[in-house]
Amino acid sequence: MNKLIIKQYYGDYDAIKGGANNATPQKENKSNNSSSNSPLGAGGEWPLWEVFIRSKQGLDHKHVGSLHAVDAEMAIENARDVYTRRQEGISIWVVESKYVHASNPDEAESFYEPASDKIYRHPTLYDLPDELTHM
Amino acid sequence: MIEEKNSDTPKFPLRGTGGLAYVLQLADNALILGQRNAEWCGHGPVLEQDIAITNISLDLIGQARYLYQYAATLYNGFSVEEQHAVNALLPRPWKAFNRELQEDDLGMLREERQFLNLLITELPKGDWAQTTLRQFFFSAFQYLQYTQLQNSTDEQLAAIAEKSLNEVAYHLRWSSEGVIRLGDGTEESNRRITAALEELWMFTGEMFAPVAFETQAVQEGYGVDVASLKESWLNRVTTVFEEATLTVPKNTWAQSGGKEGKHTEHLGYLLTEMQYLQRTYPNAVW
Repeated sequence: MNKLIIKQYYGDYDAIKGGANNATPQKENKSNNSSSNSPLGAGGEWPLWEVFIRSKQGLDHKHVGSLHAVDAEMAIENARDVYTRRQEGISIWVVESKYVHASNPDEAESFYEPASDKIYRHPTLYDLPDELTHM
Repeated sequence: MIEEKNSDTPKFPLRGTGGLAYVLQLADNALILGQRNAEWCGHGPVLEQDIAITNISLDLIGQARYLYQYAATLYNGFSVEEQHAVNALLPRPWKAFNRELQEDDLGMLREERQFLNLLITELPKGDWAQTTLRQFFFSAFQYLQYTQLQNSTDEQLAAIAEKSLNEVAYHLRWSSEGVIRLGDGTEESNRRITAALEELWMFTGEMFAPVAFETQAVQEGYGVDVASLKESWLNRVTTVFEEATLTVPKNTWAQSGGKEGKHTEHLGYLLTEMQYLQRTYPNAVW
């Protein structure tokens, strides 16, 4: 396998695949005296959280990025500082990345290809009025 | 820019040295602490905290701008006698420009002895624990002060306080959570924040010791009685410290002098950096 190119997976897929979790970089020696189960090490040891922001009342929360934080409270505050600076939203959800289970990109063909030639599944024969913008 | 109501019959309850000094004191606190927090830009321990502290810095500088703008407007509306009365507070370089006083002149051209900020705001940023603890002490005080300032008889001060209160509420929340996590975190973080506490505690007393112009402000109805804020402040500190496994120090001796223009050695260096551009290139524009 070509060691120069390392595939990064979202969520917990790394752990399943047996690869390195992208939330914890390899660190040999820690110079401070933090114990191994303490979350307050350097930023790299903190769990990774995925951030979802709802921009307007009634719309859905959209994924805007990720950040490191010690726990849920701090993740919300960090998301507020980093992702709502320019009035991007009114509501924040944070989920630890390890709880996001993502599909395997290697199986993309068998997952998504078969749907491409089944046009009878699409409601294409209806005329939608122009006023409908979120359909 | 906050609109002034009733511009045809201006309300100036802030006449005389006392009034202008009161507004400048509030503005200086915000500007100096904003400057200190801005020193973390690009040097924060973690990206998210770097952004958080610089956001706080921007909030504070924004508050300072509103207050300096108001102070400049006040001054420009003073009678000649009133302007002479506050002469000692005004920047000497500005007098050579022969134009109206503007917000930048107040922030960028005054000297150390003319600044009226609390000593705690000018202390060096130190390590992250020191910054977080200092922010907590100051924001807890500022939150109480601005809550009461909303009831000022001066409409502009009340409006500025009301607008800034949301920002200060967040600063208080962010710094409280920070103090709890540092205190109740690892051995190293607890050591650092305990050291910070020893350094900073003696500067907290000044916040609740009113000086002459503050007492005058309270009497005339537009100011806040800072001594009355101490109990609530101490309650908040005690609650947060309990969760952070820190002990509230018992000693009561306090450093003072900031509100009278007598500052620590740190302010000189801070002003040198902050005011360098405006002093070297007078009247420069972008």
